[in-house]
Amino acid sequence: MNLTLKVWRQKDSKSPGRIETYAAKNIPESASFLEMLDIVNEDIMHAGGEPIMFESDCREGICGTCSMVINGYAHGGQRGTTVCQLHMRHFKDGDELTIEPWRAAAFPVVRDLVVNRSGLDRIIQSGGYVSVRTGSAVDGNALPVPKKNSDLAMDAAQCIGCGACVAACKNGSAMLFLSAKVGHLGLLPQGQPERHRRVLNMVRQHDQEGFGNCTNQYECEAVCPKEISSTFITRLNRDYAVASARELLGAV
Amino acid sequence: MSTAAAADAPSMRAVPPNRLIAFYRSSIGKKWIVALTGLVMVGFVVVHLIGNLQIFLPPAYINAYAAKLKSLGPVLWLFRISLFAAFVLHVINTIQLSRMNRVAKGERYVKEATVQATVASRTMFYSGLILLAFIIFHILHFTLGWIPTENIHVMDYAPEAGNAKDPLLHNVWKMLVGGFRNPFVSVFYLVSMGLLCMHLSHGVESTVQTLGLRTKPLARPARYLSWGLGWAVFLGNAAIVLAILFGFIK
Amino acid sequence: MSTPDFRNVSPLAAPPTRDAATANGALDGKTPQGPLAGAWDRYRAEVQLINPANKRKYQVIVVGSGLAGGAAAATLSELGYQVSCFCYQDSPRRAHSIAAQGGINAAKNYQNDGDSIFRLFYDTIKGGDFRSREANVYRLAQVSRDIIDQCVAQGVPFAREYGGQLANRSFGGAQVSRTFYARGQTGQQLLLGAYSALSKQIATGGVKMFSHCEMQDLIVIDGHAKGIVTRDLFTGEIQTHMAHAVVLATGGYGNVFYLSTNARGCNVTATWRAHRRGAFFANPCYTQIHPTCIPVGGDYQSKLTLMSESLRNDGRVWAPAKKGDKRAPQDIPESERDYYLERKYPSYGNLAPRDISSRAAKEACDDGRGVGDHGLGVYLDFADSIKRLGEPLIRERYGNLFDMYEKITGENAYQRPMRIFPAVHYTMGGLWVDYNLMSNLPGLHVIGEANFSDHGANRLGASALMQGLADGYFVLPYTIGVYLASEGGKKLPKADHPEAAAVREASTGRLQKMLAINGKRTPGEFHRELGLLMWDKCGMARNRDGLQHALQRIPQLREEFWQNLRVPGEAGNLNHALDHANRVSDYLEFAETMCFDALHREESCGGHFREEYQTEDGEAMRDDDNYAYVAAWEHKGADAQPYLHKEPLEFKEVHLAVRSYK
Repeated sequence: MNLTLKVWRQKDSKSPGRIETYAAKNIPESASFLEMLDIVNEDIMHAGGEPIMFESDCREGICGTCSMVINGYAHGGQRGTTVCQLHMRHFKDGDELTIEPWRAAAFPVVRDLVVNRSGLDRIIQSGGYVSVRTGSAVDGNALPVPKKNSDLAMDAAQCIGCGACVAACKNGSAMLFLSAKVGHLGLLPQGQPERHRRVLNMVRQHDQEGFGNCTNQYECEAVCPKEISSTFITRLNRDYAVASARELLGAV
Repeated sequence: MSTAAAADAPSMRAVPPNRLIAFYRSSIGKKWIVALTGLVMVGFVVVHLIGNLQIFLPPAYINAYAAKLKSLGPVLWLFRISLFAAFVLHVINTIQLSRMNRVAKGERYVKEATVQATVASRTMFYSGLILLAFIIFHILHFTLGWIPTENIHVMDYAPEAGNAKDPLLHNVWKMLVGGFRNPFVSVFYLVSMGLLCMHLSHGVESTVQTLGLRTKPLARPARYLSWGLGWAVFLGNAAIVLAILFGFIK
Repeated sequence: MSTPDFRNVSPLAAPPTRDAATANGALDGKTPQGPLAGAWDRYRAEVQLINPANKRKYQVIVVGSGLAGGAAAATLSELGYQVSCFCYQDSPRRAHSIAAQGGINAAKNYQNDGDSIFRLFYDTIKGGDFRSREANVYRLAQVSRDIIDQCVAQGVPFAREYGGQLANRSFGGAQVSRTFYARGQTGQQLLLGAYSALSKQIATGGVKMFSHCEMQDLIVIDGHAKGIVTRDLFTGEIQTHMAHAVVLATGGYGNVFYLSTNARGCNVTATWRAHRRGAFFANPCYTQIHPTCIPVGGDYQSKLTLMSESLRNDGRVWAPAKKGDKRAPQDIPESERDYYLERKYPSYGNLAPRDISSRAAKEACDDGRGVGDHGLGVYLDFADSIKRLGEPLIRERYGNLFDMYEKITGENAYQRPMRIFPAVHYTMGGLWVDYNLMSNLPGLHVIGEANFSDHGANRLGASALMQGLADGYFVLPYTIGVYLASEGGKKLPKADHPEAAAVREASTGRLQKMLAINGKRTPGEFHRELGLLMWDKCGMARNRDGLQHALQRIPQLREEFWQNLRVPGEAGNLNHALDHANRVSDYLEFAETMCFDALHREESCGGHFREEYQTEDGEAMRDDDNYAYVAAWEHKGADAQPYLHKEPLEFKEVHLAVRSYK
């Protein structure tokens, strides 16, 4: 199949960017979207140009590295799919595809389609953990966890930290990402001692990073490759209010 | 010498200097304020509608209702001030949130797409602004009587059981009927009620979400409740306006 | 020879240390004396400790942030060391450990099915085809239990039973259920646990994290590893970092085959550069081919996707009994299917170890009974399990894997069997280390997949996660103290030390050289050609002629690389083509050593199958008399054959036996 690509090109974070047009020729239907870009990049290099910079690593939908918006859809619009697992059989010969980087003020463009997502790391650093020293744990079975909670925690823990939720959010909010971690640890007994402090710290860090607010449109949930439910944001809202109230009373 | 403290991140010990302000300034804190104030106003809108539906009864009902409200005196003012405070907080915080969100998004996509965000949810700011204008107009119109439609503040309502000494009271029934006979006013009210319907259809669901009640089994009911309430308010209010405009009530 | 002489260590470098070599020339693994049981406890009781206040004075560099690196950086920092951690990914959470699916082994015996430390130890030694070091493996089995406790405490959501207890599943190469799992994303959840511990330490200031920073070279001063040179992949900035000790946790070299289940960025650069600076590379020919991957599609393909081996718990592997049978799987009657694993290995059946299952699949395909467009595939069939357990249970166990399969192939595996084929997955070889996980270069420690130590010639399923975390959480944090306590008094050289400056200079020069060639072929083309050659000659089965051919071809390819490479752009900016070229240049050198190793090892064992050495029915034939040793290669400069050091393997607790899963 042959396609027309309109790709955001930007030399570095300081330079202005623009859309440039490329032809993707003889693309096999069974190729993944990124393999299609690999082919285009080889062509660009042979023609003496600089390849389109885009990030990818595991190419099996788990590392969360790949990140691009195709025709306005983060990860390309296939439900529960990262762009590395999006295959060309979902497109038609002759399609015109506009490919852009994640857009959010907290994700500055590094180059072309590559953005800096370190803000997400800093949110985790502000409290997305259980403070347990190596070697100090009790036996794994000494801490029974109801299967239901464990499964629900796993639903949240699946987050791959790709940032698609932020990219799709009209407000550049990272609430789905944040709520997944708060939900995961908040559902488990291990997460209880730091539960309130955690949610307060993480929300404050989220705001400080310049991520926006949730206006309950749930675009995040629709593009999340791990289909993390927006009801984790519900839980986050609740947890945050409870923690704030406790903090006000000096109980945290 | 001990390194035990190394296991704790400093942030786990940090408490902001003013905890109330920290809550007020945080993204989720603001959402809570918007949700709670929104809830107050939704309550008001519903009660207001139920009161006004008495227009379909003989004039004495609505006039008596209005008189009763007026007679509450300081309590009425308490309600008004609370409502006003809620209103102001709602408007200020939503404007702040919108501005923050615009900054947070930064550069827009060349090609935008939407998967499941409703039109109502994406136009909250604009429906809100027009509603703001409407509310000002509405207060100027009926509460203060500065918009001179027919029979705006006629004091000819005599409570049934009253004796001759009682002063005549405000005839609210006449004011409403007079007001909505004006097609320009009616159309403006109808459009505003349509926007209120949209605003509520997202707002009520959002409130349920922000208050942390939209659990998985409640997600769908919350949406139905939101739409239901929005439409009920629209249909109820529109019925009043249309009934008068087309002369069913005169 | 026109190849630039970058292979030479810089003239200032000291000659490789012989510390690890004993008088008779054999390498000494420094294993504790006495019986294996209790050896690690005795070691810990006797090992020299460093005062907590003094730990703060030591800088430790950890390269890599996967299970081994992330866990080590976090734990070393908890102990009080000043840690700098580096990863090439844009976040430490993305290290490739994240892609491990199936699970992690631990000798907990929660299932009461007779598991024990000794049994896990024995299974691992036997699974490794008796080519691993007993003492290391025993220690691994012992600390496996602590790992589960640690991860649970961190909030890793392992699968649970309704009673709230941890659930287990069985896995290839074992007859007990000792594998803990978190759906099909165990590696992800364990990594996120290590990442959360690391994040906590970053927040305390104990770890300085350098994301998107790739190690370019190792700084060796007076024979000791004292720092690294890195390149910030976002900005192109070259930096020098000095430390009292360097820990490499940089994973394996599977991408030498171009197509593998590794991530695109996985590379041999860190370990190879350390090797060129004097560290010995052990057993590079031991590469694991994973039996259950999605078959190759076309030549544009960028990677192979693994389907967790856990699928073999409930799936049955078969190929058509007749050659060239092109019927759809559902049209092939039961009597014309060959469930070859069940037939050949009745006691282990579909759970036969990876190397054996992979080779059996290859045999079926070589025999003309392969399925799929290219005839490179066999079926993994769930029909029986779905009938027995119901689709919902299968969906609960493997739903994400079935979804992934459908995304890639467009086929629904609930309705028709999966097509699978072996793919390069893990590399057992790596830098040589002693019991302290220190290489022969003092100060240079190597953990996780990057070292050679625990898996011998073949790794059992669910053991990589175990080893990475064992090294990172529970072994290295103790053993690194041995080096620091003995050498710790020495001052830390400054970043402007002449040797450090020379290494930095060489790194910069190398990149500039690649940019200046301006030839015709892209790094990807060289990589693909090398990969095909390696898969063909040094892949699932090897022979003398093929290896000799490869040894001729690789230097030619390398020469062409340095003359005809095309890398657009510049070094002072994000430049993926340059990153790739840099990695490929190391593969082009490493591949040669790998082939030397494969050629010299004239036996078949585990992941190394030499066609000349097999039994009549095609099983691997080990030669314990001549090859029961670790082959540790010393770099001898540009285009020179590496020098072989041997560490004899002694088996005190287990008896060398023919590995049989029949």
